[in-house]
Amino acid sequence: MKVQSIKGAFIPVAVTALAAVLTGCGSQISDPAAAGQPSGGTESCVDTSGDSIKVGFLNSLSGTMAISETTVFDSLSLAAEEINADGGVLGKQLEVISEDGASEPTKFAERAGKLIQQDCTAAVFGGWTSSSRKAMLPVFESNDALLFYPVQYEGLESSENIFYTGATTNQQIIPALDYLAEQGTKTIFLVGSDYVFPRTANKIINAYAEAHGMEIVGEEYTPLGSTEFSTIVNKVRDSGADAVFNTLNGDSNVAFFRQYTSVGLTPDTMPVVSVSIAEEEVPGIGLENIEGQLTAWDYYQTLDTPANTAFVSAFKDKYGADRVTSDPMEAAYTSLYLWKEMVEKAGSFDVDKVQEAADGVSFEAPEGTVTVNGDNNHITKTPRIGKITSDGLIETVWEAPEAVEPDPYLENYDWASGLS
Amino acid sequence: MELLIGQMFAGLSLGSVLLLAALGLSLTFGQMGVINMAHGEFIMAGAYTAFVVQQALGSAGVSLLLSLPAAFLVGGTMGLILEELLLKRMYHRPLDTLLVTFGVSLILQQMARDIFGAPSVDVRVPAWLQGNVELLGAPIPLTRLFILALALTCLAALALLLKATPLGRRIRAVVVNRDLAESSGISSRRTDQLTFFVGSGLAGIAGVAVTLIGSTSPYLGPNYIVDAFLVVVAGGIGQIKGAAIAAFALGVLQSVFEFSTTASIGKVLILAAIVIFLQVRPQGIFTLKTRSLA
Repeated sequence: MKVQSIKGAFIPVAVTALAAVLTGCGSQISDPAAAGQPSGGTESCVDTSGDSIKVGFLNSLSGTMAISETTVFDSLSLAAEEINADGGVLGKQLEVISEDGASEPTKFAERAGKLIQQDCTAAVFGGWTSSSRKAMLPVFESNDALLFYPVQYEGLESSENIFYTGATTNQQIIPALDYLAEQGTKTIFLVGSDYVFPRTANKIINAYAEAHGMEIVGEEYTPLGSTEFSTIVNKVRDSGADAVFNTLNGDSNVAFFRQYTSVGLTPDTMPVVSVSIAEEEVPGIGLENIEGQLTAWDYYQTLDTPANTAFVSAFKDKYGADRVTSDPMEAAYTSLYLWKEMVEKAGSFDVDKVQEAADGVSFEAPEGTVTVNGDNNHITKTPRIGKITSDGLIETVWEAPEAVEPDPYLENYDWASGLS
Repeated sequence: MELLIGQMFAGLSLGSVLLLAALGLSLTFGQMGVINMAHGEFIMAGAYTAFVVQQALGSAGVSLLLSLPAAFLVGGTMGLILEELLLKRMYHRPLDTLLVTFGVSLILQQMARDIFGAPSVDVRVPAWLQGNVELLGAPIPLTRLFILALALTCLAALALLLKATPLGRRIRAVVVNRDLAESSGISSRRTDQLTFFVGSGLAGIAGVAVTLIGSTSPYLGPNYIVDAFLVVVAGGIGQIKGAAIAAFALGVLQSVFEFSTTASIGKVLILAAIVIFLQVRPQGIFTLKTRSLA
């Protein structure tokens, strides 16, 4: 009987330990700088002698973020193809090296190191989650290389080595709050995934609410990838809030909106403003669960500009008529063109010269004209609130009167003084 | 009051999802002692079966009902193949099966990615499961009710199978004393295969159920496998009724924790509670009394 009791005790302990390890896996953060050690000096190994130049695309092609990041990869590829067909950058054809970030920040840091040091790319394009960007930042800074980051994010950051072509908070979250205030919203419930972006965004929302006489009636976070929303939706429903501000990321949105709809909450009774749901995510969530809900972005496929018409039709020609274009895809597409403009203005692929030339570079993007702000490496953007329509696209219901200057540290907002 | 009922149902509902995910595991892990890390991927296979059936048939309502037996067969067949190819060579070597099946789970995830693509696919909820019924003012989602009913049905069917059929008697005999069962003329090979088939098939059914609440993606398995193991371990290895009680207890407990704190803290508390519980009762809620020496 001795053997029996040892075996009986061993298996539960082993399995529990294993469970703890597996649960811990997703949030494992090691020192990101260690993953991409600088090779001593910052001497660039970029080869500009041939008739082609290497650029790196770094997106999650696998893992929980793949649903979103593969679309960014597609539009980056489209931009590279167009630029090459048009004669390349400074007469050199782009040679794309693609790496998979696999939805893990440490992998992003490691792959960024590889793209810079081994592949000697002139610039790297990609990243999605803030955790991935934060992990890559020290790698790009220590190697003095360039990253173009195409996704809206929580602001409070500005690196010489990163160009941010997505919206910062004063181009997305604050306009969304302005819109809600304009609609008479008094109480807001905050729901987000438990990581950098939602936590910081909600800090800003709390400060805004306090300054504008709004009340935050609840603030809930779930682990990334979580699919159990019964309790949170119960809390949301019970709060009776005027609106929900949703910073959930990735697949969790599916479970959240399914549960939200199934307890009878609708856009009319309690609208949800989402900042991470674009055209691409709508079919996965199911149109019946999300039609009529609001989104905050700077670009929608339905925008009526000549540049957008060309972008959308080129994209559909390349990838199929059923594909849609979204804000991060447009920002990624724009980022490659902005880099091209910077390089051509500088007359060189040299990182220092490109950084010097960046200020004031502008591009006729699908979302409208965007201009690089050399002080903080962000770009001007026009905030737009959209509503999800019955055909799964998003129509603009509100638009800022003009492009908004990027202000990542919210220096021009008195109420935000305690945030950074 | 309304909120209390909503929360109680949320707990039961979470418990039913846990039970579905763990029921098959309580057979393969509990009765046979095989640590099958690929169990989560059998759940995923069931979910994709629901997707394929819906794509083929178009109608969400009929396809949901048809995909239940289909997913059972798909999950069961995959389990049978795994058992025949790998596991039968390593019974009584729990750590080896753990590593091998973990490898298999990675292979299955990659296969799903290659076949269906990395983004999640949409399995539509049939019209008759959309919306909710009101219970004393609290909205009870129909999808959740369906899953609860499905979990209880599976539990009853499995209990019946073990208690009242010749197969069930053979399974129980092999669990209690393999050698004695064999010398009484029971083919333990055949019993093992059938047990694994049923256990993995139940994972397939769980897969169909989870398409109703979340997204269907290649990474669905790891979401459930840890919780499923926790249920089986807390319930007492080899005990179907233990698994059922543990699943609902954990579901209710988690929704209470989550309600009074936050989702992340709730998850921490539930793990802490299980660790403490297993310190006090390492054998789980129920113990299997056996005369076997091994």
